[in-house]
Amino acid sequence: MLRRTIRAADIESPEKLIELLDRYSYLADEGLATAAFLALRMGRPLFLEGEAGVGKTELAKTLAELLKAPLIRLQCYEGLDAAQALYDWDFARQLLHLKAAEAAGVTDVARLESEIYDRRFLIARPLLKAVETQPSVLLVDEIDRADDEFEAFLLEVLSDFTISIPELGTIKAATPPVVVVTSNRTREVHDALKRRCLYHWLEHPGFDREVAILLRRLPSCTETLAVQVAGAAERLRAAELIKPPGVAETLDWTEALLTLGARELDPGLAAATLGAALKYREDVEAVLANGLLRHG
Amino acid sequence: MDELAATMTGFARTLRAAGVAADHERTRNLLLALDHLDVADPARVYWAGRLTLCAAPDDLPRYDRCFAAYFGGLRAAGRTADKVVTRHVAAGEAREDGEQEDADAAPGTASRTEILRHRDVAGMTEAERAEVHRMLAMLRDRRARRRSRRYRPAHRGVLDPRRTIREALRKGEVARLRRKTHTTRPREVVLLVDVSGSMSPYAETLLRYAHALVRGEPRATRVYSIGTRLTHVTAELRHRDPGTALNAASRVIPDWSGGTRLGEELRSFLKNHDARGAIVVLASDGWERGDPALLGAQMARLARQAYRVIWVNPHKGYEGYEPLTGGMRAALPYIDDLVAGHSLAAFEALSERLGHA
Repeated sequence: MLRRTIRAADIESPEKLIELLDRYSYLADEGLATAAFLALRMGRPLFLEGEAGVGKTELAKTLAELLKAPLIRLQCYEGLDAAQALYDWDFARQLLHLKAAEAAGVTDVARLESEIYDRRFLIARPLLKAVETQPSVLLVDEIDRADDEFEAFLLEVLSDFTISIPELGTIKAATPPVVVVTSNRTREVHDALKRRCLYHWLEHPGFDREVAILLRRLPSCTETLAVQVAGAAERLRAAELIKPPGVAETLDWTEALLTLGARELDPGLAAATLGAALKYREDVEAVLANGLLRHG
Repeated sequence: MDELAATMTGFARTLRAAGVAADHERTRNLLLALDHLDVADPARVYWAGRLTLCAAPDDLPRYDRCFAAYFGGLRAAGRTADKVVTRHVAAGEAREDGEQEDADAAPGTASRTEILRHRDVAGMTEAERAEVHRMLAMLRDRRARRRSRRYRPAHRGVLDPRRTIREALRKGEVARLRRKTHTTRPREVVLLVDVSGSMSPYAETLLRYAHALVRGEPRATRVYSIGTRLTHVTAELRHRDPGTALNAASRVIPDWSGGTRLGEELRSFLKNHDARGAIVVLASDGWERGDPALLGAQMARLARQAYRVIWVNPHKGYEGYEPLTGGMRAALPYIDDLVAGHSLAAFEALSERLGHA
């Protein structure tokens, strides 16, 4: 099927976006679609918060596919600094260049300096890459893992999508990239950053939506199996577990069941594959002890 | 201001009264968002408002209530929402302001101070306690430090190519290699303060101690109150004046002098927040009304996450104290240090410990 390139400006309503995301097998509800629609229209970052596995990262990937734009991902971690997030100079090549110049007898320091701080010696890290690439989708994943120094310069970049490099000048995005910031809420993110963004709290999908997602994502899944897995997932989320399964986990679980040839949720197979849905030994034990896998 | 702007500004004001930080910039964002949406559709307005005015999951139920009240034709409902959301402390505890506190306490002589340092705050008169509180406010912990991932220039360490090349440019050749090493930063302290009924003689003093820690290392201290509900109070304790900070904190703590469900509270803490690499200080007498087994399981998880777990028990200060309460017994295997927390001297010892942890 030949698909026309879709620009953000072509999407005229949240409904239209639901339909487009649906084509790429991402089933969004009204709230999320409105959030993404406004992010595209207003050129604002979308701040997605919610438990792990509810589809935060997946939304960014799908938006990238839909807009035919490269997805540029910045995974956050403690101590993430400008050299890793914005840009860095390629020191090894700069040194080589210096040595070569020295050997050739060049002594003009001003000329050397302008040569050495040339764009070709600059390594673009995700934030600079996103500003330079148009269109692009920038995913700042798990911002809650970074520290507040990082938040400060992320805020600066997200405010006007301009990066100034002292040796080179200012690089500005002609059209801002689509930005999705995700957080698992292990730490409170600074309010100034949130204020720049559209804030959306993503919930686990309801039963019907989860059945629809399973059927859409896994074509070989029978309706019986999808209904039973979604039902089990609902019970697991209602139980007090350390880490209740997200949609990502139910998808993995169903895939594991399908690989073993399951056509419905047989208790033996379910127990054998439970590791795909639950990631803590305590949770697996609690679920097996309380018979939460038995449906009906 | 047109009608739409006026309506939305009023709505934002209602939200602010209910405790949602819907400031002017957020209100402007809402109006910008509505430019792109059909404002005749209430669902659109609902989502535009929620996406621009809210900033945390806690905001969402308040937002829903305010939205229903404001756009359901009940304009005056903002004030009702205020009552629902911000519960005030019934008791007069922790309500005095700074000046009054100063007037109450006579400056003590050295020996009196020395005696006060070791006395149990539970048995003190108002004036004595105020004096102890004033000394607590001056307490600073010399926080232990941990290695950061960031670098600073140094004589020894790994190669610093950025500075090396800068210097080479200046001098025309690579004269010497520059080096860098990791910086350090204060280790985070997460303080969980039990504010239930059995802890009420100590709760105020503990929160004042928490205030001193927050003031000392604002970026590396988090404080939560526990009882029947976990409440994050670090932001409230940021205020410089201890009296004002305490008032602010006591306004947001909904379960002051209630029961204790430590196990459930800890589970909620571990689910929504984290303590990775932090020194966790849990201040409680261990009177658990819930299931001690649940508390034990949560303590085990906490111990796996945290750098160190310190339990502060006010009763530890008594001679012959044995950790016999059900909760205490369940938690004991997962505690690195069990310390007293009943007197100024005990808090000083605790601060000392935070410096060497």
